[in-house]
Amino acid sequence: MSTATKGGLNNHEPILEVRKISKSFPGVRALHNVDLRIWPGEVHALMGENGAGKSTLMKILSGAYRADSGQILIDGKAVQFRNPYDARAAGIGIIYQELTVTPNLTVSGNVFLGSELKRFGFMKDTATMDRKTREVLHRLGARFEASDRAANLVVAEQQQVEIARALFHKSRVLVMDESTAALSDRETARLFDIVRQLRSEGLAIIYISHRMAEVYELADRLSVLRDGEYVGELKRSEFSADKVIEMMVGRKVDEFYERTNHSAGDVVLEVKNVGDGKRVKQASFQLRKGEVVGLAGLVGAGRTELARLVFGADKRKTGEIFLNGRKLTINRPQDAIRSGIGYVPEDRKLQGVFLQMSSATNITMNILGRYANGGVLNFAKLKERAKAEVAAMHVRTASLASAAGGLSGGNQQKLLLARWLEINPKVLLLDEPTRGVDVGAKAEIYALIQRLVEKGMAVLFISSELPEVVGVCDRVLVMREGEISGEVGGDTGIKITQQNIMKLATDVVRSEVTNGN
Amino acid sequence: MATDILTQPGDVATPKRKELKSSLIQLAGMLPVLILICVLFAALTPNFLTENNIINVVRQASINIVLAAGMTFVILTGGIDLAVGSVLGLTAVIAVVVSLVPGLGWAAVPAALIGGLVIGVLTGMIVAYLGLPPFIVTLGTYTAIRGAAYLVAGGTTVINSQINFAWIGNGYFGPVPWLVIIALLTIAVSAFILQGTVLGVHVYAVGGNPQAARLTGIPVSFVLIFVYGVSGLLSGLGGAMSASRLYSAQGQLGIGYELDAIAAVILGGTSFSGGIGNVFGTLVGALIIAVLNNGLTLLNVSFYWQLVIKGAVIVLAVTLDKLRTRGQTA
Repeated sequence: MSTATKGGLNNHEPILEVRKISKSFPGVRALHNVDLRIWPGEVHALMGENGAGKSTLMKILSGAYRADSGQILIDGKAVQFRNPYDARAAGIGIIYQELTVTPNLTVSGNVFLGSELKRFGFMKDTATMDRKTREVLHRLGARFEASDRAANLVVAEQQQVEIARALFHKSRVLVMDESTAALSDRETARLFDIVRQLRSEGLAIIYISHRMAEVYELADRLSVLRDGEYVGELKRSEFSADKVIEMMVGRKVDEFYERTNHSAGDVVLEVKNVGDGKRVKQASFQLRKGEVVGLAGLVGAGRTELARLVFGADKRKTGEIFLNGRKLTINRPQDAIRSGIGYVPEDRKLQGVFLQMSSATNITMNILGRYANGGVLNFAKLKERAKAEVAAMHVRTASLASAAGGLSGGNQQKLLLARWLEINPKVLLLDEPTRGVDVGAKAEIYALIQRLVEKGMAVLFISSELPEVVGVCDRVLVMREGEISGEVGGDTGIKITQQNIMKLATDVVRSEVTNGN
Repeated sequence: MATDILTQPGDVATPKRKELKSSLIQLAGMLPVLILICVLFAALTPNFLTENNIINVVRQASINIVLAAGMTFVILTGGIDLAVGSVLGLTAVIAVVVSLVPGLGWAAVPAALIGGLVIGVLTGMIVAYLGLPPFIVTLGTYTAIRGAAYLVAGGTTVINSQINFAWIGNGYFGPVPWLVIIALLTIAVSAFILQGTVLGVHVYAVGGNPQAARLTGIPVSFVLIFVYGVSGLLSGLGGAMSASRLYSAQGQLGIGYELDAIAAVILGGTSFSGGIGNVFGTLVGALIIAVLNNGLTLLNVSFYWQLVIKGAVIVLAVTLDKLRTRGQTA
């Protein structure tokens, strides 16, 4: 048994050990000889680009997949997971990114789902279940009741229900997959408190995240996967951004954000008093030729809603939109597209990519008419065009004909960008264009934005990641509670910094945010 | 597995073996099942594999093929059209009634087609603009149009033994019945629209990802109206075919046809949630149903047992298909 130093932890053997696990799917080697050792009482971050194999490894740990070869050991003993029940019984709890709470059941109903307590052998023993659930909720410091309907809880609370369920099943290893993706800053801070508490109780937490800041804040140790292989692990004292990125992408990242300051030209897009009467109140702004304008703000500030109003995806109640001084009538997306406005939506899979369709069709979806004669498509020309675009955007795909659903997040995003570039828009609205995208693709997307702007496009860049907003944008508009609360950079004379943006984004609730950290 | 215009067999960009194999599987679909059933019947009864019987089977399948082709359009967008049997009944009655009007005989078939088209377009408008679930909308039209069929027929059977478009149901082009030619032409034209035109790609896009389709500027409402319009039009064609074949029509003509049409589409590998499938699969599906009917009848299996066997084969075939295609999405 290993008795190596383990960052001050006194346990003699890992609670969970993965030895030389390999898993292949037809044509894809998802994992190859991956090792992982997790000790009790540690938060172990698992990092890697999209497609690095994190999800596959997680699914093996959860019993959803079976490894082709290799071993899983719990407390030093080899175990076999034939199905998710085996994994749960062995003490592994999984909190998936997409929550699995059943909305129409109560909190305790969810916690006990599949293992309900009974009275007289057939009646649900709600009272006991509620009481036991309350104990777990108390341990988590939850602010809702065991008898509340799950549907009435916000996402962060539903997540706590799932954690409660895992604890109830006596999980000793908790795997959390991108658990903060849908949480606000305050909710994230709350979640971190819970994670720290569980750690102090001796649980091991495998924390999968794209956000490096979170990993720094939380993790005691991190392991990196790349292309299905185990790259190595770092102790907390060895953490550094450069090192982690280098491990993840396999090359040094000298300058992540390649930024040149653009001299903005004439006003291209003018948005005046646009609102929907609910989430967006009378927002006005301008975009000039050849500039990247950030749109920052907390989750729920109305950024996406504003972009959708401009694009005609939702109905606007008030306001006017001008393009090159000409007033536009935008009632639906088709109107905006015809005027030369493109929109890359926030939720790639739900709103952007046609997962079952080929890469080629995905790219050319907006411009099919150009390759058709009387509605009949000319496939040769279409494919030629798509091929050129795939090459220009460095989309990594097995073939033009393979389904877009099989591509990694970064490559799907490149397809979407390519689709919009095909219409040569004057204005491009990018909503979280780097969310769930690996580091390499991120850098490519930043570089692409710079190239587009240099060619005279006006880009609105919506992002929740402040470092990239600061790194990419010429000026930044900040939204708070449905209004544009201010601007930094450009002519304002205010420097674009994360602090300055956060001040505008929070203002009155600022004290709470700083307390949260 | 990608299912759209650019993944047709022979159109694979890099002919990697795996991909070629999976696109062949995609094309083959339920064909092996159809062949297996045919071989089985051929072995069991000498009357099955005769030229006459083969033509007979396809002729019996022809109306279902036409309805199922329209149903394929609708299901590809993630919808359903429960009213096709009722529309067939109503339009068949209309065709016979019009054919009986002196001097208006020529208008019988156009009246059936236009009647079906109008019903389909209205259905599509309700689905597209009011956003009601297609199942509910067509459950309503299913009932209402059935009632209309009885009303137009005056509660009885309308007969025209001198029907002027008898050639459709009873004529031959060479050795092949016109019914068969119409059915195969319907498949060919449908396939062309779905696989070869902008509109076809839009149909797949709306079914595969409605939100993305809208944000990509695809006229989603128009696409929906189009597919229900096609289904209505083809139901009208089915009505004309039935009326011609029978020289008559009545209010209850076509009851239950919608279920055979849906069964053919699903047997053909079209996904019930939309975005995946094609009309050749539907042709195979319709033929499987027709061959079963025919073969079991030749074997003197009772009608009641035929229903049991047919139902079981449908579930079994789709189960096999699911097992076969499992893991292809990995």
